Parts: sequence; structure tokens; C-alpha cells
Amino acid sequence: MSRRSIVPFGPQHPVLPEPIHLDLVLEDERVVEAIPSIGFVHRGLEKLVEKREYTEYVYVAERICGICSFQHGSGYCQAVEAIMNVEIPPRAEFLRTIWAELSRMHSHLLWLGLLADAFGFESLFMQCWRLRERVLDIFEMTTGGRVIFSVCKVGGVRRDISSDDMKRIITVLDTIVADLKDFERVFFDNNTVKSRLCGVGVLSKEKILELGAVGPVARGSGIKLDMRKLGYAAYDKIPQVEPIIETAGDCYARCLVRLRELYQSVEIIKAAASTMPEGEISVKVTGNPNGEFFSRVEQPRGEASYYVRGNGTKFLERFRVRTPTFANLGALLATLPGCDLADVPMLVLTIDPCISCTER
Amino acid sequence: MGFAEFTKTAVRNLFSKPATKNYPKVKKEFFENARGHVIFDETDCIYCSLCARKCPADAIKVDRNAKTWSIVRAGCVQCSNCVDACPKKCLSMGPEYTPVMTEKGCETYARVPDNTEDN
Repeated sequence: MSRRSIVPFGPQHPVLPEPIHLDLVLEDERVVEAIPSIGFVHRGLEKLVEKREYTEYVYVAERICGICSFQHGSGYCQAVEAIMNVEIPPRAEFLRTIWAELSRMHSHLLWLGLLADAFGFESLFMQCWRLRERVLDIFEMTTGGRVIFSVCKVGGVRRDISSDDMKRIITVLDTIVADLKDFERVFFDNNTVKSRLCGVGVLSKEKILELGAVGPVARGSGIKLDMRKLGYAAYDKIPQVEPIIETAGDCYARCLVRLRELYQSVEIIKAAASTMPEGEISVKVTGNPNGEFFSRVEQPRGEASYYVRGNGTKFLERFRVRTPTFANLGALLATLPGCDLADVPMLVLTIDPCISCTER
Repeated sequence: MGFAEFTKTAVRNLFSKPATKNYPKVKKEFFENARGHVIFDETDCIYCSLCARKCPADAIKVDRNAKTWSIVRAGCVQCSNCVDACPKKCLSMGPEYTPVMTEKGCETYARVPDNTEDN
């Protein structure tokens, strides 16, 4: 038997900007066990809900994560609105859908770039992030922030998108699609890329169900799991919301799911823009939440759930977030034993870990 | 299976302009609605401290008696909640980011004493 050694991976690692630490127990080049430890960026945001008024907490909730910040804010608002029986105007629902899909686009482009960086394709990484920059500019134009938008509020949204801006957004999205088509074949078809992704970290459908993985990880293994099908915000009014699935269950399948979701997001935004009704963007909310609610949204990384309990005062009693990365960590740990050390970055990346989200 | 998928993009990159700006020669143009920093206009302020209460980051402090309004620029999260809360509309958002600073100090705006009242 070969000698065992332990290689620490993270919390600071060139391939992964997220602070997760894995102790990889190796036999020669093969991983036999991975022992995770998290908790490097715990900020106590859930406890902070007792110190901030429920209307102000939106700005804290969306700072749970810098990439899916909009969905964190809207998920929290949905829960509070459900407790208080507030019905938000239809236009606000559509605006939330548009911003959520743009967030998905910027998250997936960021992820594709990171993946390219991880398998050593620097210029592809730059190309992906170059496209992402255009999405960020759309955010700055419409919401005022590039990463943290602060546009969601209890009772609707704070900013409107004018029809001129909407046209400009569609034009930018068309250029993104055109440019993405130019180099998507590198992900789809390139020998070198395929040799790093195909057949690596295979998770069967049964294994995914057993581990409770969500989002593109589950969809890459052929499970139709997409919270957008619940029909929150305006997703029930848009026919294009159909889960994109791949059946192989390896890193390549998870990559394809995200690539195809980029095109789907563009379709959803276009559909939402064409059917968006005119009208108010927010309603006045009076009183304090009393009761509890459990809301679910589909983040770029998968299903996130929010539990909110109010006690009739302006301070909430409890706020709990279950982020998609937390659900996917089990899947990651299941794929690591038996893999090569060189494949570890691929495996960690293809669950698209967001540790800041997970630790709140 | 292929091996030269990136060639088109690579060749085009050779002959296209850089995607980045030549900063600081070319300054970044901010969008009109961007949330960069809070601007305080003291002329109408009634020092009600509503902005301080609505600030999720506790960055704003208002002293009613001394008639001062202060903000910790490094603590401000640019959510513009104070701007929405202000009843006198004396707060607004400027598009430029807060300039770099060497100290995370508190910026205080004191009301200029009105001479006519003293006499």
C-alpha cells in the first residue's frame, strides 16, 4: 500500500477565490478522502435581523452574497410580503424577473470564466469576463449598483426600467449572444477542454437525489429541478421557463447546463420585456409582519430557501437562509474520493461554490 | 471533437481595440443613476435624524442640539435608503465613488451659524 499524505486545499487557493478548506488525504496522486472545514467568513447576518427593522434588513439580506445578491433580496422580500399579505404590482414582478435573470447571466459568465481559468485557458477566461462586464454595465445603468443593486424592497421595487433602456438592454443582450456563440464551441467541442471535463466527477441521478443536490448540479444529472417552475415573481407568465437538463452527470454536463441557461435567460428577459405591463412599481406597506413563511427562489447556483418569522414588531424574530452551495457541498464531497489531485479544482468549481453565501 | 475553435476569437482580438480603458488618462464615465456616494445639502435639513435611523449600516449620525450631520464614508453601503427616507429631500446620491482615503474617519457637516439670529 502506498503512503498516505494530506494536502491542504484552500482557504486561499489560486483556483478558487472562495474560502473553503479541504484536507485532501492522498494515496500517491489519488484522493481517498476529503475533510472539509468552513466558517472562515461567518458574519452573523442571520442574527442581525433582530437589530434591523424588517424594511432595512433587505439591504443586509442582499449582502449575504455578492453574486446572487438580487435573489437574496427578492427571496427575503417575498417571504415578508407573504406574511403581510402584500400583493406587489405586476410590473414590479416583471422587473424582479428581469433583474434575476440578468443576475443569472452574470453569475454563469463569471463561472464559465473561472472554469476556463481553472483548466488553464486564460484568454477564454478573459473573454467570458469581458461579456460579463456588459451585464454589469446594464446593472449600473438600471439599478445604480454593479453588484449589489438595492432595488428590491418590501412591497415592490425601487427603480423602474424605461422602455428606451429596455431596448438598449435587448440590444446589448443580442451582442452578448453573438459573441458567446463565437467561442461557446471551445466549451462544447474542444479536445483539451473535453479531456478535463468529460467523465470527471460523475454523479448519478440516484446519488443526487440521495445527497439532495440542487441547481445546475442536479440538472446536469438529469433531474428536472428548477424553482422558477414554482411561478414566483413573473415566472408563471413566461412560457420559456423550462428546466434545462443534461443526463451525463459529469463536469462537462454541468458546464453545458450553465452555458445553455445563458441563452435561456436571454429568452426569458426578452419575453418579460415584451409582456411587461405598465403601472406602479411598488405598493405602500403598513404594519409589521406577524407570522412565518418559507419562500424559495432559484438562484444561479440552485434552490435557496428563506425562513422568516415575525412577531408583530418591526424587528423580525428569526431569519434563516439555506443556500444552494450548502446543499451541493454533499455532492462535492461524494465526488472527491477516488479522483486525481489534478481534477480537484474542476470538481470544486463545477458545483459553483459560494462559501460566503453558505456561511452568511 | 475539434482543436482550433478559439482561433477566430483570438485573431479578432489581435486586430480589435483593447476592451479596457486607458485609466487614468481616460476616466470612467458613470451612469447618471449610479449610486456612488451620499450628498448632503444642509440648507433644508431639520435634523430629524430619520436618515440615521433608516441607515442599515449605522453610518450616519445626527446631533439635533449641535445641528451636525456626520457620515462615516467607509461604512456607508450606498443603498440610498436615507435618500428615500429624508422628508426634506436634502440628501441625494452622486454617481462617483467615494474617493480613496487614508483614514476611515467621520465626515461632519455643521450648520453655519446664522448671524441674523444672533443679533
